[in-house]
Amino acid sequence: MSARGDRSEYLCIGCPLGCRLEVEEDATGGVEVRGNSCKRGLEFARQEHSDPRRMVATTVRVEGGRWARLPVRTREAVPKAEVLALCRALHALTLTAPVAMGTVVLTDALGTGVDVVASRDMPRLA
Amino acid sequence: MISARPLQLRSSYDVLVVGAGPAGMAAALGAREAGAERVLMVDREPETGGILNQCIHNGFGLHHFKEELSGPEYAQRFLEQVLERDVDVLTDAYVLDIDGDRRTALMSPEHGVREVAARAVVLAMGARERTRGAVRIPGQRPAGVMTAGFAQKLVNQAGYLPGRRVVVLGSGDIGLIMARRLVLEGAEVLGVFEILPHVNGLSRNVVQCLQDFDIPLHLSTTVTRIHGRERVERVSVAPVDEAFRPLPERGWEVPCDTLLLSIGLIPENELSRRLRLRLDPVTTGPVVTSGMETSRDGVFACGNVVHIHDLVDYVTEESLLAGRSAGAFALGTPAAADNVRLVPGENVHSCVPHTITTDREHVVYLRVSRSLKPCTLRLGDVYERPLRYVVPGETVTLKVRPRFLEAFHGDTLRVEVVPREEGTA
Repeated sequence: MSARGDRSEYLCIGCPLGCRLEVEEDATGGVEVRGNSCKRGLEFARQEHSDPRRMVATTVRVEGGRWARLPVRTREAVPKAEVLALCRALHALTLTAPVAMGTVVLTDALGTGVDVVASRDMPRLA
Repeated sequence: MISARPLQLRSSYDVLVVGAGPAGMAAALGAREAGAERVLMVDREPETGGILNQCIHNGFGLHHFKEELSGPEYAQRFLEQVLERDVDVLTDAYVLDIDGDRRTALMSPEHGVREVAARAVVLAMGARERTRGAVRIPGQRPAGVMTAGFAQKLVNQAGYLPGRRVVVLGSGDIGLIMARRLVLEGAEVLGVFEILPHVNGLSRNVVQCLQDFDIPLHLSTTVTRIHGRERVERVSVAPVDEAFRPLPERGWEVPCDTLLLSIGLIPENELSRRLRLRLDPVTTGPVVTSGMETSRDGVFACGNVVHIHDLVDYVTEESLLAGRSAGAFALGTPAAADNVRLVPGENVHSCVPHTITTDREHVVYLRVSRSLKPCTLRLGDVYERPLRYVVPGETVTLKVRPRFLEAFHGDTLRVEVVPREEGTA
């Protein structure tokens, strides 16, 4: 580690400007953010540096519905490191139509405290 | 759970809307809002929602609903409103033809071929994806070459994985989003190749879809040949020079079984051409007034059929307006004609609508030809506004207020996006 502390770079996803953010940690654990052009960039850099999170949208197998897959999404962002494992857990499920939008298909996914919900109605195919 | 009611198809309507995607649904609501009683919305798919149904990712509705929704959620909210407002919805149906008197021939398994008369028509057919033929990639013609949007439908609705080892050509948002989707579904994405020196999609998608999954992005690089007899076996890729000519001596080969194309959208204007509407050679969509009326009386257009939008929220706003105008026309109270023509000037690739009035507020959507930062957006010599940046991939919106035009007595205004002059803040 250099005397200047740890430096990390992120590309801001707040808007299409795509600012290059630089986060530097000093010896006392404080962080300094550079390169942001607005407050949202500052917040994003801090969150991304300490605990990066993502919303997850994927599909779950559904039987008897209009389509073979039901779109689902997390209600809130989950830790980035859990994204692939969460998708794998969802792939193990098979639901039966009809399913209403907002139905919880996985509670407290992987212990993150976040529920995964159906993101549309899936009517039963007549 | 919501579902459309069985439909007694009438022989005449106040407003007929072709297409039940985000544009069609908002237009139908706009028409009802304006007082049109009998509104019919027709779509060839088995359900309403259009492309939104397969766009399962988040990020829709931040402007319109002030919250972040998935595509299917956005579509479902609109369908709920459409059904609440007693709009007739006819799915699994195809509009064959519309004539100059707005008599429409449509076909469905349930109703056969039927003629329906309408006082006003709204065209909301959306867009199609550009295919391999549009960029003429040399090589063999094996299975495994498809557009990113088609792959999206296969994965998200039909439940098929299009391949295991995937290369993406083009960095449009659908391509970036599909790169992530395929990784989440267990495929390997070997790289995204973009002929331009910059990404076409939103930078947030570069971070969330590529960087998060360590998918390589190759700018100024393109696919130069497709190899494989039955199925794609590999593609040749090469960097390009400033004139976009590939440099094969610096190229390499990527073994893969699938090539996804994310190389742009084309407004779907077969019906517009049958109606002999005036089309804008740049957008390829109809020329429209500030009320989204085309060159033919009583025929309106909105959404991607007019110009390609980067946010569905903009489609919704524009289509509500088109629907309100169509409703007013159907009731015999059309808005006064426009009196000012908008002309794309320096660094403005296209602007919609093509004409405006001096007495109302208008929202004008612009696309620029090249990136600039910082710069000035200028409307004739009556108005200017500083912009932090512009990029070709992102729409610039310009609100034209009547007070800008109080002292304006001409009939043409040039719209420009120019570098900010030296010495100004």
